[in-house]
Amino acid sequence: MSDTIQLNFTVPGDDFTRAGEASSEVKGILKKLGLSPMVVRKVAIAMYEGEINMAIHGGGGEITVEISDQWVQMVLADQGPGIPNVELAMQEGWSTAPDSVRNLGFGAGMGLPNMKKYSDEMSIDSQVGVGTTVTMRVYLNL
Amino acid sequence: MESHAYFHSVTLDQEKCRGCINCVKRCPTEAIRVRGGKAEIITARCIDCGECIRVCPHHAKKAIFDPMSIMERFQYTIALPAPALYGQFNNLDDINLILAALLKMGFNQVYEVARAAELVSDATRKYMLRPDIVKPVISSACPAVLRLVRVRFPELIPNILPIHAPMEVAARLAKREAMARTGLSEEQIGAIFIGPCPAKVTAAKMLIGGEKSAVDGVLAIQEVYPHLIGLMKKVTSADLSQAGRMGIGWGSSGGEAAAVLQEKYLAADGVENIISVLENLEDEKFYGLDFVELNACSGGCVGGVLNVENPYIAKVKLKHVRRYCPVSCNRLPNDDLSNYLWEKPLEYEPVLELDPDFRVAMEKMKEMRRIQSHLYGLDCGSCGAPSCRALAEDVVRGIATEDACIFKLRDQVEELAKGLNLLAQHMPKASE
Repeated sequence: MSDTIQLNFTVPGDDFTRAGEASSEVKGILKKLGLSPMVVRKVAIAMYEGEINMAIHGGGGEITVEISDQWVQMVLADQGPGIPNVELAMQEGWSTAPDSVRNLGFGAGMGLPNMKKYSDEMSIDSQVGVGTTVTMRVYLNL
Repeated sequence: MESHAYFHSVTLDQEKCRGCINCVKRCPTEAIRVRGGKAEIITARCIDCGECIRVCPHHAKKAIFDPMSIMERFQYTIALPAPALYGQFNNLDDINLILAALLKMGFNQVYEVARAAELVSDATRKYMLRPDIVKPVISSACPAVLRLVRVRFPELIPNILPIHAPMEVAARLAKREAMARTGLSEEQIGAIFIGPCPAKVTAAKMLIGGEKSAVDGVLAIQEVYPHLIGLMKKVTSADLSQAGRMGIGWGSSGGEAAAVLQEKYLAADGVENIISVLENLEDEKFYGLDFVELNACSGGCVGGVLNVENPYIAKVKLKHVRRYCPVSCNRLPNDDLSNYLWEKPLEYEPVLELDPDFRVAMEKMKEMRRIQSHLYGLDCGSCGAPSCRALAEDVVRGIATEDACIFKLRDQVEELAKGLNLLAQHMPKASE
């Protein structure tokens, strides 16, 4: 098969309650494609964590999901403040989320570590003051 | 779509169906379509939750259950009253009156499902101690939840409590006891559940977790109720009840979870709420939960469509009637769970996938998205499908065509009118 299915989503920067809508829709599409429950779960969790990150830190942004016969790729791009120290941000429990966010049950410092854990490949391209783009891939292993 | 020989309690009365879309819109698995002016149930998808029965304004959706005459088929009959039954009566202080009335009705014996529920609670507590289980454990007592997970949430199958529901346990234990006492064979004894919902009727015909259910028939609470009302005035109380507050509590939402005696539990009821909880569980949005109780009906089993009383009133009555009951009367004799655990695992039924072949499914998904982008997104239901997305999906599955959309049709009529207009302009004018 030559081409892929591409899905585009806009994540609002000021509304937590809407974070998760995009991952939920992707989850529904992957189930209809008959992908294994494990693959669906990995994509759903990795993408949901990414959406939350974009809502909390990135001021919202754009997500492009591409489905091929080999993998599901998620590119999450925001124009937020950027991550000064990616290595530190990858540590479990490291969080810069403000109290207002923690009070809602988010900001436990598990976002990026969970994204890393549930995706098969992940790269972070971040520039302070410019924004962050996270690219994740989950392989289908058909 | 796979065509299984499914039994369903939920069925349609063709005569009464007006072809409106109330049920189509409400169905949690998108299992209903209106075709040719009548609703059709896609049987592979139906989970027998009874939502369509609840919303149908024309009473065209109904549940099949057994007639009272089923009792005549057996030499010895055992009534298995659901805890929800206890919540149907006004000013009732003594459960024994219901049980005595059931005997008066013709049953040889009564075995309360609430009694089995206490044993299932004990078995669940013991199961929860196992180190190798997937948490949170999701309750398996509501058959509509099991069927929903089976078609929509395969990721969560490992979380499901693999223990038979109280109805099944009650039937098995009661029959074994009766066989020993009477010397009759299993076939001569009928275990008849008196229950609140169509999902339980289906569970008795097509058991999940085992080969065959020990329940021989299901009577609807609403059918038995008028008989009981009369008989309850004639009987005197005898010491029949062997269930406590814990078992009876299973009749409404939260009862099962409370009986597990774990702090970190969640109890959700109502089909939309449980879907949202299942979605969240799937995404691991909840941390540190041990047990999740889910009931497809609002209020729990008292909310089943085969009850008489309003679910919330029934909940109050259930609380009232168990005031003087002991906390719990039944426990397992030892740590052996083999009589309670499922004999057969729950298996994923991929009835919602577009095609078993991934490449074909991809092509269908692209086509579906293309079709959907041309629809208006009003989700009006006039085509007979619950949403524009569902219509697009039906088209690629080959069970509908795009022109089922009345707005598409309007566009075509408009085009046609324009064409006619154009044609009229080119016609030679009649002499003036």
